Amino acid sequence: MKVLVPVKRVVDYNVKVRVKADNSGVELANVKMSMNPFDEIAVEEAVRLKEAGTATEVVVVSIGPKQAQETIRTGLAMGGDRGILVEYDAETEPLAVAKLLKAIAAEENPDLVVLGKQAIDDDCSQTGQMLAQLLGWSQGTFASKVTPGDGTVDVTREIDGGLETIQLKMPAVVTADLRLNEPRYASLPNIMKAKKKEIAMKTPADYGVDMTPRLSTERVEEPPERQAGVMVESVSDLVAALKEKGAL
Amino acid sequence: MDDPRRQSAQPDYDAFAPLLDGPWYTDEHRAFRESVRRFVEAEISPHVDAWDEAGAFPRELYKKAGQMGLLALGYPEELGGVEADPFFALILQQEVARAGSGGVPASLFSSGISMPPVAHFARDAVRRTVVPQVLAGDKIAALAVTEPGGGSDVANLRTTARRDGDDYVINGEKTFISSGMRADYLTVAVRTGGEGAGGISLLLVDGDAPGLARTALKKMGWWCSDTATLYFDDVRVPVERLVGKENQGFHAAMVNFNGERLSLAALCNGFALVCLEEAVNYARQRHTFGRALITRQAIRHKLATMAQRIRATQAYIERTAWAMGEGRQPAADIALLKNQATETLEHCAREAVQIFGGAGYLRGAKVERIYREVRVMAIGGGAEEIMRDLAANQLGF
Ligand SMILES: Cc1cc2nc3c(=O)[nH]c(=O)nc-3n(C[C@H](O)[C@H](O)[C@H](O)COP(=O)(O)OP(=O)(O)OC[C@H]3O[C@@H](n4cnc5c(N)ncnc54)[C@H](O)[C@@H]3O)c2cc1C
Repeated sequence: MKVLVPVKRVVDYNVKVRVKADNSGVELANVKMSMNPFDEIAVEEAVRLKEAGTATEVVVVSIGPKQAQETIRTGLAMGGDRGILVEYDAETEPLAVAKLLKAIAAEENPDLVVLGKQAIDDDCSQTGQMLAQLLGWSQGTFASKVTPGDGTVDVTREIDGGLETIQLKMPAVVTADLRLNEPRYASLPNIMKAKKKEIAMKTPADYGVDMTPRLSTERVEEPPERQAGVMVESVSDLVAALKEKGAL
Repeated sequence: MDDPRRQSAQPDYDAFAPLLDGPWYTDEHRAFRESVRRFVEAEISPHVDAWDEAGAFPRELYKKAGQMGLLALGYPEELGGVEADPFFALILQQEVARAGSGGVPASLFSSGISMPPVAHFARDAVRRTVVPQVLAGDKIAALAVTEPGGGSDVANLRTTARRDGDDYVINGEKTFISSGMRADYLTVAVRTGGEGAGGISLLLVDGDAPGLARTALKKMGWWCSDTATLYFDDVRVPVERLVGKENQGFHAAMVNFNGERLSLAALCNGFALVCLEEAVNYARQRHTFGRALITRQAIRHKLATMAQRIRATQAYIERTAWAMGEGRQPAADIALLKNQATETLEHCAREAVQIFGGAGYLRGAKVERIYREVRVMAIGGGAEEIMRDLAANQLGF
């Protein structure tokens, strides 16, 4: 069984993003970038399937700038076998990404595509669903458990008010939720091994996909600013301060 | 600058951000840093206060570090190692420093000073069994050179190992030994020959060898690191456990110090970076006389001077690591670098605690612990005075 894992390079979850001075977007210059955390969960799941002997190959795909190679390498260091980078410098939109992934799926013939349920930069939560629709495959979104069977895969989904388990016919698209697993830290030996794994370099034109944006951003603004905090030296100072504010 | 609200709206200052910018750094270095950072954030940082109060960290941390390959840096693959240039060691030390605890690396990485001679010079059967267990984190290893009678003057150590048939019989005492309470293997420097440097050998001793007793030592800092005095009373070690050749242990011990000192320098500058980061963030939040502390020139100059010294030290560290990666052993630079790093740390710890005021004197503040742990860095692994002597000799003064 082959697993395809698309991963996105996004602003690191620890970074406090700032709006650009001209309100056209968020500041990305000199900001730390990392793999989208939900995609890490997706990679981890695929690697676990491989370690369990269920999957035979894990292919890590990214659509993004040249530096997204680093993101793919992270996936390879976690245990992915090889990578594909579709180089594209501008902002990506779910539909165009889904179209590219469809074309890649047609070439690679995976049994399972595991994506993150959303990317933490735009929080769209659309790519997996669109991809399933374009491919005409079954989809299991917001997965907290994935159990492949014989030609099928059981997916436990996190839904409002509880869990739902569905059985999908493979090939299928699964999107990973937070509780699916806890991704591993790439070990030093695996980081070194990842250096030698192959990453195929492609462009959207190779797949005949038009990347022209369909969305335009009007204006991006900071949320209202919080008041500066104060440090208190001791518990008694804290109690005094709370009393002063009438909170005690 | 005068509007305190503007200051507080800034993101937290990341003193580590400028690191890893230079011709020697590759994607693998960056990936390694990322991985170690997460490991430290999840497995070490949340626990260091409790571990310090408890006087130990859990033994399973060795296993976790072993699985990450953190104990395997620079050892040959056939022994379970990962061949890696010296920059990986710097990154490891500086990321571990972020937790603000010297005790953790002191014990967790004690194999880093005890295993290199075993990996390079021990009999094949010995190195092939012992080293992989230690690198995997299944066994703990310590280096025992220092004695109650003296640490700097290694050439005059007094613990003896007398040959008796197929065994050496060890008698004497070692002290201040990091991981000394828990070590399963001890690389021990002993006198097998005459006076001076030419009579010293290294022996690999099992932690449970009959005749070996240990007592724990209480310290100013490094509380979660088990430091011990070891008593050897007719401890028998088979001759196969001789590491290298008889009476040629001094040189092996000295070469070993080079790697240790580079790592210590990196660790020191990591702690100095933590001091700077903590101080900037604190000074941005803290208001005195109606304004953020960071708007005061006296404070800004302190911060700038800290950054200046840290950056100079970092450049020296990287330059020296590069030379070592080229296969050189620049002993003078390594000695001077160690002092450069401990002096930078001393300065930064002082200034950070000062900027924190009373809050910097309280248990639980990173800068408080780092301040208490400055001196050991300037004494262990070669004291500052000894480093200056060594450098002066090497430079032909
Ligand atoms: C917490 C801790 C952990 C340690 N872990 C280990 C370990 O794992 N393994 C190990 O083997 N050792 C370990 N050490 C020991 C450490 O390496 C020694 O403390 C160090 O080498 C100095 O030796 P000493 O303490 O005997 O001081 P001394 O050698 O007695 O020196 C005392 C002072 O005099 C100075 N001095 C000495 N000789 C001269 C001279 N000729 N001219 C001018 N000044 C001089 C020294 O610089 C120092 O400031 C540890 C020490 C500490 C505190």
